[in-house]
Amino acid sequence: MSEFSPLWISIKTSITATFIVFFIGIATAWYMASYKGKARGIIDGILTLPMVLPPTVVGFILLMIIGKNFPLGKLLNGFGITLIFTWVATVIAATVVAFPLMYRTCVGAFSQIDVNVINAARTLGVSEWRIFWKVVVPLAWPGIAAGTVLAFARALGEFGATIMIAGSIPGKTQTIPIAIYFAVANGETGNAIKWVILIFIISLTVMVATDKWSQKQGFLVSSARRK
Amino acid sequence: MGLEVDITKKLAGFELRVDFKADNDIFGLLGASGSGKSMTLRCIAGIVTPDTGKIVLNGRVLFDSENKINIPIRERKVGFLFQNYALFPNMTVEQNIGFGLVKSISKVERTNKIKKRIADLQLNGMEKRYPYQLSGGQQQRVALARALVVEPEILLLDEPFSALDEHLKNSMIVQLRDDLRSFKGTSIFVTHNMEEAYQLCNNIMIITGGSINAIGHKDAIFNNPPTLCAAELTGCKNISRARKIESNIIEAIDWGCRITFNYKIEDNITAIGIRAHYLEVNENNEDINTFNCWVVFTSETLFRTKVFLKFSEPIGDEKNYNLQWDISKDEWNLVKNKPLPLRIRINPEKVIQIKASVEIKRLQ
Repeated sequence: MSEFSPLWISIKTSITATFIVFFIGIATAWYMASYKGKARGIIDGILTLPMVLPPTVVGFILLMIIGKNFPLGKLLNGFGITLIFTWVATVIAATVVAFPLMYRTCVGAFSQIDVNVINAARTLGVSEWRIFWKVVVPLAWPGIAAGTVLAFARALGEFGATIMIAGSIPGKTQTIPIAIYFAVANGETGNAIKWVILIFIISLTVMVATDKWSQKQGFLVSSARRK
Repeated sequence: MGLEVDITKKLAGFELRVDFKADNDIFGLLGASGSGKSMTLRCIAGIVTPDTGKIVLNGRVLFDSENKINIPIRERKVGFLFQNYALFPNMTVEQNIGFGLVKSISKVERTNKIKKRIADLQLNGMEKRYPYQLSGGQQQRVALARALVVEPEILLLDEPFSALDEHLKNSMIVQLRDDLRSFKGTSIFVTHNMEEAYQLCNNIMIITGGSINAIGHKDAIFNNPPTLCAAELTGCKNISRARKIESNIIEAIDWGCRITFNYKIEDNITAIGIRAHYLEVNENNEDINTFNCWVVFTSETLFRTKVFLKFSEPIGDEKNYNLQWDISKDEWNLVKNKPLPLRIRINPEKVIQIKASVEIKRLQ
């Protein structure tokens, strides 16, 4: 079991991070799609920043936020909560770096929806909540699915920020990318190859599965757009 | 009962400023593209918020800038038929129609309501189809069923025929008129096409540059367009600036001719017009309203010929013309080999007289 622990840690971390990013990303994107305020450019930039910054910079910033010697970390520590160098830290790192991919793809998908369709739904007296889940999300589904896959892949591959705030504690915070790094560093090439192949398999499986799953939806949506 | 609108809204390039009432009938909003007619519709639906004014539907205030009332779209009870129908592409016909039916009705009642609309709009057998599997006409009927099933108090139709082929359009106008017969509320029909407006509506409002140009019964508007814009939108092809020069004579400035009437005309004439199909050949040389005309060029359509005429002999291959004459091909074949100039009569009884006025023309 412990031999495979990086696999379980990676999968658990990626799935948890993707789950969080899925909802936060969609909600933020939907809010920003209709947000017309002056700060739009800045907010949009900040939300996208983790995607363009070096992961070590993201890790450094996170360290400043949740580290034991910094305000929030100290506060949490007072309640007996330590985030740094725990599994939760791997999730935080993966979530932060995966978020912009979900967010950006969803903004793009929402902006493609014909506003008349949404307005038509509104004239029917339906609640915004129902419109969102029954009309907006299905119509943006190909984009949402793509964003989810990208976010998952990014979370799975996260290295830089993770090693800065979660370290490499075998059985606790050591994910596959970190295991690969240390395997190579210690000259265990065979071990590294094993993890590389696993990463390949997981990434491909997820992408193929999601593609199949969203094909029908994508067909309906694009058929509407062709007209 | 009905709809009362009195709103203003600043838009890029012009200000929308409309004030009208529509009763429980089909009310036509005729205007060129960019005139503000669709914007008016969007304000009524609540998709766009006007800057100032008031919108009242059947005694219910939907919008009132003074009292800060702005009822959200979903509580306005407006049915909106979009130009592209805006069906939900991810739902079947049934699901599209039933989408608005959620609140506090039983499943049986819901199914019955959907079934009734499907039958009313002749969509039997299409229940399980998706929008992309339907023709334009069927999509429009689904959109209409979807709007009517929630029993709106007003139906707003935004150029519903502009996306259709010409040959489909005519049968669909008749169909829509029948479909709307069962709807007891007000309908506002927006179009740039005078034929559609004439066929569907009784009362028509002409809108240009964001303002009401003329408003009244369709026969009054079409037979006697009160403004230049109304004359153009109702399809009058021949318009000339004009002035009264004697008690019964008008000079058509652009045409360079004088039309004599057998009655006293009003002083404030600014333009006259004559519809292309009212021009006629007249061999009687005594008639004072018959003029020498030269054919500049012609343009054939399926059954009719458009003949472009000039009051003087054209020089070289110039394409300037004064009058456009619309004549059946058969008639044209009888005339076309006659020596030029042709003798063309402008019948004073058919002449449209446009008078100067800054007020909106409200015809009864």
